[in-house]
Amino acid sequence: MSLPIEINDMEPEFKALVLDRVPTANLDLCLTCGTCTAGCPASELFEMDPRKLVRMVVLGLDEEIAKTPWAWVCTMCTRCVNACPMKVDIPKLVYNMRAGWPREKRPKGILGSCDMHIRAGNAMGVPTEDFIWTVEDVAEEIQMTDPRFKDMQVSVDRPGAYYAINQNSREPVTEPDELAPLWKILHAVGADWTYPSVMWGGENYCLFLADDEGWRYILEEFVYHIDNTLKCPVVVNTE
Amino acid sequence: MRKFKIDHKFEFTTLITLYAQWIREGKLKVNSDWNKDLKIKFTAQDPCNMVRKTWGQKMADDMRFVIRTIVGEENFIDMVPNGINNYCCGGGGGALQAGFTDQRRAYGKVKFNQIQETRATYVFAPCHNCHAQIEDIGHHFGGHYNVVHIWTIMCLAMGVLGENERTYLGDDLKDIGLNKEDQP
Ligand code: SF4
Ligand code: SF4
Repeated sequence: MSLPIEINDMEPEFKALVLDRVPTANLDLCLTCGTCTAGCPASELFEMDPRKLVRMVVLGLDEEIAKTPWAWVCTMCTRCVNACPMKVDIPKLVYNMRAGWPREKRPKGILGSCDMHIRAGNAMGVPTEDFIWTVEDVAEEIQMTDPRFKDMQVSVDRPGAYYAINQNSREPVTEPDELAPLWKILHAVGADWTYPSVMWGGENYCLFLADDEGWRYILEEFVYHIDNTLKCPVVVNTE
Repeated sequence: MRKFKIDHKFEFTTLITLYAQWIREGKLKVNSDWNKDLKIKFTAQDPCNMVRKTWGQKMADDMRFVIRTIVGEENFIDMVPNGINNYCCGGGGGALQAGFTDQRRAYGKVKFNQIQETRATYVFAPCHNCHAQIEDIGHHFGGHYNVVHIWTIMCLAMGVLGENERTYLGDDLKDIGLNKEDQP
């Protein structure tokens, strides 16, 4: 059965909250053209899609919005806002939907990785000494066995290096041999580089968790280490 | 850092930007001779974070320049759409860890179809999330492609890829450049 919409009864609180945090979200400008939905691979999952979400927000269906797990299958990839004629910022809306979940109810996998990153400096929870040990061990093996790389420089926390290179924590833990190809390339071009030891994990689960505080803490620690301890002029995002 | 307005003195760049710069400057001496007769076909994913969300089409172009240099112009087959309009792999934004596996794979089906259309047997995925997701949907939907990092094929092309650095290569490339007589 269809019901008339009572405009006067609507209290779109969530919309007000999002617009307060993201004044450029343009939620009221949606033309319902459907461009976002047509190009979004998350459309139809959990019977949701980006256009529908914007309608729900504008109409104040806050309870339904709070209930759907769709915010965790939208990848915040920004393809929709890139194509949207009115630049409705759906990914930032989704970020705030995630932030609306009680922290402990957010998906365990992301929560665990974020907490680990805050505690250990990387999402896999590798102790820094182990990271350094693995790096040195793999490097030594190559220096000893391949004469072309006997002088290859590999270091952690070498102050004054030109490049500080981020490393996803997956390699040192599960596939240390995968670290080496990059080193060989850096050696071939004579790059002056080092790995930072503080918040060295290149991944960022606190962003995915919509944990502003955790995310901010990680960035601040990282920036402090690079600017003040290592003084590297360039930070390089890894592959 | 922009979001929180954290000041920093360092500059930010990416490995792909540097690879492209080093190749242009002649510092990184690499070519596609190894693939002249093999003609192995490659395609590439544009990681949302690096391309659409941060450095834009220029990053997508640099990545293609690097890839074409190491595999050969005629051996690179682009996905459609590509660059800043490419689809997300479906593993981003924490989706790989969120626990909604069926939905993540349904999302990834779009990427899987794009890859199958190219008929490439290797996919470059220069982002760990993309790498893991594209491997997973490949297994799940029965694809026959391998997923690689740029550094692996770069080292292969330079003739310096070690024997134990070949986890992600298919059987067709497992031995390339390992024997003395294969080396340039
Ligand atoms: S593309 Fe933009 S204007 Fe069109 S339906 Fe989506 S949000 Fe609304
Ligand atoms: S950001 Fe979310 S809604 Fe927008 S296209 Fe990507 S997955 Fe779809």
